[in-house]
Amino acid sequence: MNQAARTYLDYAATTPVADQVLESMLPYFSQVFGNPSSVHFYGQQAEAALEEARHTVAELLHARAEEIVFTACGTESDNLALRGVAFAQRKSKQRAHILVTPVEHHAVLHTAHQLAELHQFEVEELAVDEYGQVDPDEVRSSIRSDTALVSVIYANNEIGTINPIAEIGAICRERGVPFHSDAVQAAAHLKMDVDADRLDLLSIGAHKFYGPKGVGALYVRRGTPITPTLTGGKQEHNLRAGTQNLPYIVGLAEALRLAQTSVDDRAQQMIPLRDHLIGQVLEEIPRARLTGHPSKRLPNHASFVFEGVDGNMLLMLLDSEGFACSSGSACKTGNPQPSEVLTAIGMSRSWALGSLRVTLGQATMPDDVAAFLKVLPAVVQRVRKLA
Amino acid sequence: MSDRPTVAVAMSGGVDSSVTAALLVERGYRVIGLMLRLWNEPGTEADNRCCTPDAMALARRVAARLEIPFYALDVQDTFRSTVVQAFIDGHAQGITPNPCLVCNRHIRWGFLLDRALAMGADCLATGHYARVRTAEDGRVKLLRGMDAAKDQSYVLSILNQEQLARTLYPVGEFSKPEVRDLARKYDLPVASRADSQDLCFLGKGDYRTFLARNAPQLAQSGPIVSPAGELLGQHEGLANYTIGQRKGLGLSSPAPMYVIGKDVGRNILVVGPEDALGQRALEAGGINWISGEPPAGAMRVQVKIRYKATEVWGTVLPRSSDRVRVEFDQPLRDITPGQRVVFYQDEVCLGGGAIQTAGG
Repeated sequence: MNQAARTYLDYAATTPVADQVLESMLPYFSQVFGNPSSVHFYGQQAEAALEEARHTVAELLHARAEEIVFTACGTESDNLALRGVAFAQRKSKQRAHILVTPVEHHAVLHTAHQLAELHQFEVEELAVDEYGQVDPDEVRSSIRSDTALVSVIYANNEIGTINPIAEIGAICRERGVPFHSDAVQAAAHLKMDVDADRLDLLSIGAHKFYGPKGVGALYVRRGTPITPTLTGGKQEHNLRAGTQNLPYIVGLAEALRLAQTSVDDRAQQMIPLRDHLIGQVLEEIPRARLTGHPSKRLPNHASFVFEGVDGNMLLMLLDSEGFACSSGSACKTGNPQPSEVLTAIGMSRSWALGSLRVTLGQATMPDDVAAFLKVLPAVVQRVRKLA
Repeated sequence: MSDRPTVAVAMSGGVDSSVTAALLVERGYRVIGLMLRLWNEPGTEADNRCCTPDAMALARRVAARLEIPFYALDVQDTFRSTVVQAFIDGHAQGITPNPCLVCNRHIRWGFLLDRALAMGADCLATGHYARVRTAEDGRVKLLRGMDAAKDQSYVLSILNQEQLARTLYPVGEFSKPEVRDLARKYDLPVASRADSQDLCFLGKGDYRTFLARNAPQLAQSGPIVSPAGELLGQHEGLANYTIGQRKGLGLSSPAPMYVIGKDVGRNILVVGPEDALGQRALEAGGINWISGEPPAGAMRVQVKIRYKATEVWGTVLPRSSDRVRVEFDQPLRDITPGQRVVFYQDEVCLGGGAIQTAGG
């Protein structure tokens, strides 16, 4: 399809692989191709690259190498964290109470729901405020003696709100409950520090920060009760069986290095652009609201709801105009259900169906945002006429 | 944005709509693929050929092959509240509506055309076997498809000038075998797909069992009587019978009996001998004249009283702008209230309306 005169404003969905990242991966397809588990030279070469990548990731997260488990994606990391800890906690301590939030990604929420439905865990959802933020005091009062795990999303994918992870982490640590956070969005934009945040588990996925799709990692603090969910060989400290996807793991490490060492620069570049976008949209478009926190939000993330707008139609029209965005309830088959996140922050159906997420990236220029702002009001008006 | 005309194609993952898109791309249009997600009775999704995930994946592959954008539009709620509800309500009133007509009016040339135009399209194309021609006076005519066996002008007879002026039917110029050849020529992954069925929302199910589930009152048994009121037996719910039906009445009368009428208010099925069946005329209302105005006086026309009916000759007598009487040269035995009567003059579809009463 023709890419000329198109503007990509959906970096929260995925990002292009950075040139430097792609280059770092290339030797590991056909030159260094050994199985890291093999004894011989080829295996040693591969294992060296694998452990180098693990070391890089560990350092960037302020963790130890042995605490990094490579997976196939952020979703798999979330699955391993929830299932792995839930099963281990029940087996060793008879704990079967799981605390999550209603603004988790489906990778967490649907896994928790399955643990409740098929495995008799008790899943409780913490309340969130109108910005989708979790109150640490709420966590404190909800933790019970049989709580097996607390999982709170670092920064929400739909509405961009950043949670007070360090405060929640301190409470969980004090109460002796493992604390997991899905940082799939956050790791692209915020400094990660599992020690400062008192995290026991942290999920990331490479393709959100200019790495390849199909690779993720889970940080698991030493001593955290966890059992593997993908069983087989002894790879990844016995927590994730299967031959490691070396080129992608190398790519993840390089991408995370680039992201984490430029967090401040990128934030400085994007926050003014983001705030300009938000301000203009709210000023120019009637019956428009910002979703998520006005300031405690991802630096590249602007999200809105427009009353009386079919969100799917809005995306189609924007795409026809050359702008690639997403909605809260992004679903290509177009089943118009208001998103759980927007419902959880109290948005009524007539607003929640008209959601729009605009996420900026490294390649986004002020001109792109200006061009977008030029077409959006008229497009919203056109979609409203169809309702 | 380009200066080329833009056309939105209603795609279903089937052969006809895929070839429609391919022909338009070849002719230089800027083409946008749109697929409707229609309502299915829960549980029958897998049997519906037109909007399953499988059909959607196929349509997406066709769009990718043709390098055109492709979007799915969810219209389940509107489809349920218009097309399916009209089907159920019609049967509840003892009439037999054709859902495809309701769908074309409300969904394709309503919901979909509105959205296509909002997306910047100049017109909408579908894979129907029909043709449109603009006459010298600027009026648009609806013509039968070139393939007489596949002609679908009947279900398009609800369209008006404004809608037809924004409509393209590229495959209507070809026969079905030619369309399949074109699908192969364009290397579309759909060349050997089977044709879709008529009532998409039923899946493989039967409309009688659908009605029994969705309008249980229609499955209530009641008396079968002769025109004179004589009790002949019991029926199994009026929705199970159509005018002219002979089989399945469960009667043991010496002469064969046919369904000749329904009294929905009293839940009575009226049957009679074959000679009670034939009717020489009908009254119809809600007439859509495609030209925009009714004929000045009586007119000889070819008439179809249902989608798959054989055409017959008759005379149409305009009563008002949207009401007519139709007199047939030969009596017809299955004139069914609720079905659409459609008029033709040779290749041209003139329009049609809903049959209200037979005889008179």
